Amino acid sequence: MSDKARVLRFLIPLAAFVLIGIVFAVGVKHSPEVGDIPSPLVGKSAPAWNLPVLDATGRTFGSQDLRGRWYVVNVWGSWCFACSDEHKTLLDIARHASVPIIGVDWLDDDAQAADYLTKLGNPYATVATDHDGHFAIDWGVYKAPETFLVNPAGVVVFKQIGEMTPQAWQKEFAARLPPQLAGRTS
Amino acid sequence: MLPELGHFALILAMLLAFLQALFGIAGPALNRERWVAATVPAVAGQFVMVATAVGCLIVSFVNFDFSVRYVAENSNSALPLFYRIAALWGAHEGSLLLWIIILALWTVAVTVGTSRLPKHFSARVLGVLGFISFGFLLFTLLTSNPFLRLEPPPPDGVDLNPLLQDPGLTFHPPVLYTGYVGLAVAFAFACAAMLEGRTDPVWARWTRPWAIAAWAFLTWGITAGSWWSYYTLGWGGYWAWDPVENASFMPWLVGTALIHSLAVTDKRGLFKSWTLLLSLVGFSLSLIGTFLVRSGVTVSVHSFAADPTRGMAILIFLCVAIGCALALYAWRAPTLRSSGGFELTARESFLLFNNILLVIAAATVFAGTIAPLIAGALGQRPLSVGAPYFRPTFLLPILPLLALLSIGIHANWKRGRVADSRRALLVTAALACAFALAVVLGAYSGQHFLAVVGLVLGAWIILSSAVDPIDRLRRRLTLSRGVLGMTLAHVGLGVAVIALSVVEPYTVERDIALGDGQSAHVGAYDFRLVGTRDIDGPNYSATRAEVVVSRNGRTITTLFPEKREYWVRQQEGTKAGIKNEYGTDLFVALGDDLGAGRWSMRAQVRPLITFLWLGPVLMALGGFCAVTDRRYRLARAAADAPQPIGPGVKERTA
Repeated sequence: MSDKARVLRFLIPLAAFVLIGIVFAVGVKHSPEVGDIPSPLVGKSAPAWNLPVLDATGRTFGSQDLRGRWYVVNVWGSWCFACSDEHKTLLDIARHASVPIIGVDWLDDDAQAADYLTKLGNPYATVATDHDGHFAIDWGVYKAPETFLVNPAGVVVFKQIGEMTPQAWQKEFAARLPPQLAGRTS
Repeated sequence: MLPELGHFALILAMLLAFLQALFGIAGPALNRERWVAATVPAVAGQFVMVATAVGCLIVSFVNFDFSVRYVAENSNSALPLFYRIAALWGAHEGSLLLWIIILALWTVAVTVGTSRLPKHFSARVLGVLGFISFGFLLFTLLTSNPFLRLEPPPPDGVDLNPLLQDPGLTFHPPVLYTGYVGLAVAFAFACAAMLEGRTDPVWARWTRPWAIAAWAFLTWGITAGSWWSYYTLGWGGYWAWDPVENASFMPWLVGTALIHSLAVTDKRGLFKSWTLLLSLVGFSLSLIGTFLVRSGVTVSVHSFAADPTRGMAILIFLCVAIGCALALYAWRAPTLRSSGGFELTARESFLLFNNILLVIAAATVFAGTIAPLIAGALGQRPLSVGAPYFRPTFLLPILPLLALLSIGIHANWKRGRVADSRRALLVTAALACAFALAVVLGAYSGQHFLAVVGLVLGAWIILSSAVDPIDRLRRRLTLSRGVLGMTLAHVGLGVAVIALSVVEPYTVERDIALGDGQSAHVGAYDFRLVGTRDIDGPNYSATRAEVVVSRNGRTITTLFPEKREYWVRQQEGTKAGIKNEYGTDLFVALGDDLGAGRWSMRAQVRPLITFLWLGPVLMALGGFCAVTDRRYRLARAAADAPQPIGPGVKERTA
């Protein structure tokens, strides 16, 4: 074997690793597949809930107010990095779709949450506050953000774990909603 | 105050790790002796800071400080003290902290262990370890800080994941991580040798005890994990080819290849560039495993909810660390030349086959593990690869490996005189065949081809590895710890192979529905449900069933499987009822209440499963035994004498 070929042979591991690295990088970019994790709640009735609204009026809001309607529940917090990443997508969805998106502000401070929404915009029809985490426990939330789709019968039909993406919205949420509610997202 | 102190200590640790890397790598390169000398204090300082951070987090857990987010998310005021401490590594952030402190502990051990090696070499080793530690500390501080506060603090925490509330959790992750992270030491030795331009194989002798120790911990950790999943997950599985299990198995396979090729490089000066590459690949697979687990790119029972910035951050660090190491390899390895040949039947060739087959096995596991990722990258539908892929592809390289082992241990270095041991080989092989037939025809009904093959191979390994030590003892020759360790490990492998060959085909499993007083046949046993009642644990309530197991009308044992409901997370957990009888596990897990007093249950009879854990435990013990061999201490003492080093020194071969 010539010396040059010998030297090249030792580059093979590096070349192989570069290929693997590319696969990983693409994998990280496409990780909404984590939405495929099944949730025990999907296909079952959503637990009843009633929470204070984030507007300092002391008003509460809950499953009673949404009976017979399709709605989306997005669990978030001003402390949650991935939530701020998905925020733009939520704003976009809120602009185009007419299904109400209920924000559940989890383990958060009201002032900080209000500040967050003032800065980034508010995609939510209503923001309910889950100060002590009871809602999150009832709904089996493990880490924010998580997004649920609830049908008029009060049954959770889909749960997205992790960031909402336009693709996930189209594929999993819009496809399940009646067309007049799903709207169109860019 | 304490969380802030811990946070600050972590920042200081990161700065010290950076200095350790800078002094250790740049010092010898620029010939600055004071920098070289400064690496050791940097190691000590970094360790103290990391220990402080860990201590602060433990105190926060112990004192129920729910203002710390990590504590609030992973413990609860009803959680017993034992689990509050173990909750430290119950989720992502704390696991990283555990990773970091274990690396710091290894680094301290390496500092002590290499104090008699050439100064520049040990400084480089510490420098490389400092670089790895710096990367992980930076990652933790930027994306996964465990000391973040919650404002206002919640009244109570959301509790530790019930699956983790088991004694197995308390030692499985730390031991596994010790093995995982320990491979970093071999990686650092290889990098140091390449940075220095060493062409002599002495570094292989220095690396051997470290690689073997890491391998032993990894063996023990994987076994503990398998045992833990068998006992707590409630479905009686011990290995599922889950991405996270594979992530620990791949470094193990490559680590096994490494400790064998290190032996060749140490004793014969051969395979030098290959051994270097294995040292790099072993730890690279640990890093890739960490990435697969932490980034959420693969869906697994162990996944933590994914934060995309984390995945990207680990990936960047991974690419820098592995990329630099492999580039260094591409640059330095061509200067390594091995001279001196060996015959086809010499021990070297058997170890070469061992390496090739183990690396093929690791590659098949790797391919299966990242197949879903590749499919995703190509825009295909997500595809999942499970046991139907892994089993046959894994057996393909492993069966010949097991067969060659029994012959290979009788081969001599350089000139194989396998023929000299022909009698021993034939006798042990005949005994192994007789044993296999006796087991298959006598003890268990039903013949399975693979069971026979496995039993023959396993028994042959045990008998064949015992020949030489027994012969030595009979001739009153001393048995070095190295040989003893090797024998123990090989016997352990044989035991595990035999157990697996029996467990796989002869397990009887039935899903049964029983009312009070009813019974069902499972294999040769009868399982009878006596009744169920409700009980309360410290942080859960449970239904406990009483199941009497009998054989031929004779009562053997009573099992108490539980189905638990953990209050805080309202999550269900199962605690299987298991009784071991002569190595056979009688197993019952309680399923659902079917109404009218009837319960669904899963009953299993698993023969010889105890030996499936015993085998790897023997392997790990063998590893620990070999580490204490005298020659490694002598190797260190010999290194005190100055010796010519540097590129271009033509190496001698024995």
